[in-house]
Amino acid sequence: MKYFNIEYISMATGLFLFLVGLWGIISQKNIIKIIISFSVLDTSIHLILVSIGYIRNKTAPIIDGVVSKTDAATKIVDPLPQALVLTAIVIGVGVTALMLTYALRMYSENKTLEINKYKSLKW
Amino acid sequence: MIRNSILILLIAGMAWILFQEFSAYHGADKLNSISEYYAKNAPTETGAANLVTAIVVTYRGFDTLGEVTILFLTAAIIGFMISTGKKTDRKPEQSNSELLETASNVLLPILILVGVYIFINGHLTPGGGFLGGAVLASAIILWLMSATGPKISHALLEVTEAFSGFGFVILGVLGIVLAGGFLDNKILHLGTFGTLLSAGAIPVIYSLIGLKVGAELSKIIIVLNQTQGEEK
Amino acid sequence: MMYSLIIIVMSLIMLVMAFMAIHHKNLQVAVIASGIISLFASVIYIFLAAPDVAITEASIGSALTVVIFFYVLNKIRQSDDTK
Repeated sequence: MKYFNIEYISMATGLFLFLVGLWGIISQKNIIKIIISFSVLDTSIHLILVSIGYIRNKTAPIIDGVVSKTDAATKIVDPLPQALVLTAIVIGVGVTALMLTYALRMYSENKTLEINKYKSLKW
Repeated sequence: MIRNSILILLIAGMAWILFQEFSAYHGADKLNSISEYYAKNAPTETGAANLVTAIVVTYRGFDTLGEVTILFLTAAIIGFMISTGKKTDRKPEQSNSELLETASNVLLPILILVGVYIFINGHLTPGGGFLGGAVLASAIILWLMSATGPKISHALLEVTEAFSGFGFVILGVLGIVLAGGFLDNKILHLGTFGTLLSAGAIPVIYSLIGLKVGAELSKIIIVLNQTQGEEK
Repeated sequence: MMYSLIIIVMSLIMLVMAFMAIHHKNLQVAVIASGIISLFASVIYIFLAAPDVAITEASIGSALTVVIFFYVLNKIRQSDDTK
C-alpha cells in the first residue's frame, strides 16, 4: 500500500488544506476571515513543498556523526525545497502583517469589516 | 444561489486538477541532479555542515537578498500606513502583574542570548538567521508587554537595520572583488570543518541576516503596538 | 507504520481546525485555530526530516503571526467600544 507512506499522507493533507483555504478566500465576506484563509493556504503550500523533497528512509541534510562528507549524497533528503520554504515562511509573515494593516485602514475608513459594504471601489 | 454554485464548480475543478497532480506523484528514491551536486560539493566548497544554510546563504544568496528586501519594504509600508497622530508607547493604566514583570526581567536577557546563539551557529545546527531574528522579535514582544526597564531605543533599531542590510550587500560585493562571485563565502579562510569559526563568511552573513530580520519584525510589532493606546 | 498513524491523526486535527478557522463566528477562535494548523504542520516537518523548517514554522507561523493578528483584532475591538 504505497499511499500509507508519510510523504503521501502529508501531501494529501497539504492539498486538502489548499482547497479549504481557497474556499475560504473566495466564499468569506469578512476581511479578517479572508486573511486567515490566506494564512491557511500559505501553510498548505509549505507542507506540499517539504513533502516533495522528502525521500524515504533518509535523514536531515546536516553533516554530523551519522552522515559523513563523502556519503552525503546517498543519505540525506533534498535540501533545496527546505531552503525555499525557509524564506517563504518569513515572507509569509511579512505579507500577512501588510494585509492586516490594510484591513485596519479599511476598517477605520468604513467602520465595518464586511467587504460587501465597502463603497469606495464601486461605481 | 447562483454565486454559490459557481463557487462550488470552481472548487470542484481545482480539486480535480489537484487530484491529477496527486495521482501522478510518486515519491522519489534518490536526489535529483541539482540536489546531488549540492550534497556532494557543498561541504567542501562552502565548509558549512548544514546544507540548508549553505544553499540559503551562498548558492541561492540572491533569493535571500530579495527576501530581505521584501521584508524591508513591508515594514516601511506598514510604518507609513499607520503613522497617524501622536506616537506613544502604550502605558497600561493598571500596573502589570508582578509575575509578568519578574519573569520578563529574568527571561529577556536569556531570550536575546538564545536568538544570538541560534544565528551564530546557523552553519552547524538547525536554525539560522530567520529563526534567530524571530526569537529576537519575540523578546521585543515580551519587553513591550511587560513595559518594565528602559524604553526601546528606536534610533538603535534603525541603526541596526541599516547597518545589517548595508553590510549584507557590502559582503556580497566583496565576494565579487576577492573571490568567485556575488556572496561568495571564501573571502575569509574556510577553517576547520565543524567548528564555530569555519565556513568562511557564512556566520557573518547569517548573523547580519538575523539582525536584519529581527529588526524588521520588531519594527512591525512596535508600530502595531503604538496603535493600541491611541484615542479614537 | 507508527509514524504514518501519528501523521494521519495530526492531519485529521489539522483539517478540522481549518474548517473551524474558516467557519467559526468568533474571530479570536478562528485565529487560534489557524495557529494550531501551523503548530501541527511544524510537527509533521520533523517527521519529514526538515528540522530547520520545523522550528522556524513553530516560532514564526504559530507565534508571531497570531500575535500580529491579535494586535489588529484588539485595535478593532477598541474602536468598536468607543463608537
